[in-house]
Amino acid sequence: MNDSAIVLTLAAAVAAGTPLALAALGELLTERAGVLNLGVEGMMLLGAVTAFLVGDATADPWLGLVTGMLTGGALAAVHAFLSVTMRANQIVAGLALVIFGTGLSTFLGQPVEGRPLTARITTAAVPVLADIPVAGRILFQQDLVVYATWALVLAATFYLTRTRAGLSLRAVGESPATADAMGVRVAATRYAHTIAGGLLAGAGGAYLILARVPSWSQAATTNGVGWIALALVVFSSWRPLRLLAGAYLFGAALRANFALQAAGVRGIPAEVLALLPYLLTIAVMIGLSFSDLRRRAGAPAALGLPYVRDER
Amino acid sequence: MSGQSASGARRSGADAASSAEAPVVEARGVGKVFPGVTANAGVDLAVRRGEVHALLGENGAGKSTLASILCGLYQPDEGTVLVDGRPVTLRNPRDGLARGIGMVHQHFRLVERFTVAENIVLGDRRQPLVLSAGRVRSAMVELGERYGLSIDPDARVGDLAVGEQQRVEITKMLYRGVDVLLLDEPTAVLTPQEADALFTTLRAMAADGKAVVLISHKLGEVLAVADRVTVLRDGRVVGAVAADATDRHQLATMMVGREVDLSPRRAQSPPGVAVLDVRGVSLRPPGRPARLAGVSLQVHAGEVVGVAGVAGNGQRELAEVVAGLRAPTEGTVVVAGRGTTGRGARAARGAGLAYVPEDRLGTGLAPSLSIADNLLLTRPLGFFVDRRTATADARCVIERFDVKATGPAAAVRGLSGGNVQKVLLGRELSDSCTVLVVASPTRGLDVGAIEFVRDLLDERRRGGVGVLLLSEDLDEIRALADRILVLFEGRIVLERAGGDADLTELGLAMAGAGA
Ligand SMILES: Nc1ncnc2c1ncn2[C@@H]1O[C@H](COP(=O)(O)OP(=O)(O)O)[C@@H](O)[C@H]1O
Ligand SMILES: [Mg+2]
Repeated sequence: MNDSAIVLTLAAAVAAGTPLALAALGELLTERAGVLNLGVEGMMLLGAVTAFLVGDATADPWLGLVTGMLTGGALAAVHAFLSVTMRANQIVAGLALVIFGTGLSTFLGQPVEGRPLTARITTAAVPVLADIPVAGRILFQQDLVVYATWALVLAATFYLTRTRAGLSLRAVGESPATADAMGVRVAATRYAHTIAGGLLAGAGGAYLILARVPSWSQAATTNGVGWIALALVVFSSWRPLRLLAGAYLFGAALRANFALQAAGVRGIPAEVLALLPYLLTIAVMIGLSFSDLRRRAGAPAALGLPYVRDER
Repeated sequence: MSGQSASGARRSGADAASSAEAPVVEARGVGKVFPGVTANAGVDLAVRRGEVHALLGENGAGKSTLASILCGLYQPDEGTVLVDGRPVTLRNPRDGLARGIGMVHQHFRLVERFTVAENIVLGDRRQPLVLSAGRVRSAMVELGERYGLSIDPDARVGDLAVGEQQRVEITKMLYRGVDVLLLDEPTAVLTPQEADALFTTLRAMAADGKAVVLISHKLGEVLAVADRVTVLRDGRVVGAVAADATDRHQLATMMVGREVDLSPRRAQSPPGVAVLDVRGVSLRPPGRPARLAGVSLQVHAGEVVGVAGVAGNGQRELAEVVAGLRAPTEGTVVVAGRGTTGRGARAARGAGLAYVPEDRLGTGLAPSLSIADNLLLTRPLGFFVDRRTATADARCVIERFDVKATGPAAAVRGLSGGNVQKVLLGRELSDSCTVLVVASPTRGLDVGAIEFVRDLLDERRRGGVGVLLLSEDLDEIRALADRILVLFEGRIVLERAGGDADLTELGLAMAGAGA
């Protein structure tokens, strides 16, 4: 039972959904502050390549993870500077981040292209819980990052709904003028959450290379997961718990080969299913460009808008 | 009408403010320049504890800018702000709040998706890191009782009416413990009743030793509620006077910078033939109370008939029936001898009726169209639009009515309230009409524009037009009307000649207690 195709598929979906969940959670925090960072893919790639290099050199995957987070955060800081301080067009700034992140990781990854990584994040089964039939195999025979993701999602939910800082964060995303008038530091809040978003995107990228992809390969590492993360934030209506569920759903779709076999479906090529997250992403991105749809989907009202105090 | 009830409570708080004590907040020589405009120049203002201090000035005089400087939102380009006699630098509203200065902006600073309670605790660093709802609730109840501000803490702010949202704004500031509350044109969005309630709240705050700065361009409310008045014009202080040592006339002159004549105007010659005849008009929507019940009135050439009434008592419906926008359930409307009952706005206009609705940008004008296009709306249009004449007409109106706009192509949406009204009046009055229906024509305008509009209506009257003037504002009615009718719950309950109408009698009739 525990090794049935369905159970294995679900377990794989959780693992495949984790980098997505991390990156999307980061973007969720960023967007809740009213900053749109389309550069997730760039931050993930840079996080992945630096995690690989450090993990390879030190043989310590955790050091790699931390490095990946920091580089993701650094790239996000650039975005915060451009969009908060310089009030640049956030879409353009975000796309620039993708181009920069991709370019830099190609450059850094060139010498190690195709090289396998031996320092890896490995499975750490939770004692007792891992022995529960079915659920234990799906949920508790994973690695520490998977468990940490759950903790982060719960913490983010609590943070957003129950804490003083979470209230200020939401106000900054909904109405920065109000937050400002009430004494909330709008720019600082936006910086902090944009950078937090970068740290998580970097973690997502690092996790991909440290736990999922066996060797460094620019094209095969992120596979556009950063773009899917953007769509996932919208699907979740900017709520962490829904986001996690969505991530696992997309994770299952990304593992379409498995999933189809498991379901015993024939006739539909696995490629079609694997395409689904990308198609959905494109649809969501188009939908998002209509401000009315954005509002109805529950987007923060000031998403993507710079705040200028002296303006009427 | 508004503010009368609060005036009794006045002065009680002012005694608490001894003149020896340093002003709680003061501006000295404050200047602020925006690209192309000097919003404030050399402004001095001193506000004491226990007083309601009015900041009076026409639109664009620099009132909001000054208040924004005092609360820390804007930094002055020159001059200093003093709190309790000591110079301070307020870098942002957070600094202002820390020193006990809070502002209720004209465009509310509220997060619509948040509940009332969430809006109130937002940014408050005294709250525990993990929020608890209980503390806010009990504080809100207490503030609500003390100042007459009751609101449901769990309501979503976006679902509240403007009057309630304003109470949230005030509660928010009181909860933050401000000593100085600046309110930017708070009555602009309120009904007269809500305004009275607000004034009671403000007086209660002053009586508690707080300082209230009330920004306004309405003379009546300033005189009714303030202890002292500082008048701004073109970014400079024209003078500061005690409210009981001044009057409307003096304030209006200071504000506008020239003599303004707001004295009542009446017909000089006896009225002519009836140009508007309304007989037995009723409006009974099925299953709901009647909006109008057997209203009959006549307007003669060269006469202004004023219809007073509290909003919701049928004035709007009456205006719409007369203008042909609604068909009455019973009764007839005759415009210049032609029956127009229920035949639509076009028929009424064809018979010589012009209509200036109260809702200027909703019903009166198309906000996103240009001035020229708006003027075209009531003209008979051929297949092709004659742009050249339209533009020339628009130029004409802009010039004659002194509309502040970039030109005939300017969108009406971008104009200030007074200029919007001028465009509307320009369109309705330049037609050769015999009957003019106007609803609250001076509502929201500043004194200079009010004088202008009154002059215009008076001029039309002398030109032989019959004017039906509907308004909630008794000052407005009494300033122009030759005859006054009071509408209450869809019936005419009182009729008086304009000259000898008694304010109390009219007020009581409007409230349904008269006759
Ligand atoms: N943020 C701003 N940017 C540019 N000009 C402004 C700004 N705020 C106000 N002004 C200009 O400064 C002048 C004073 O404006 P304001 O203080 O809003 O006047 P009031 O509140 O008395 O109507 C006006 O001419 C207005 O157009
Ligand atoms: Mg103003």
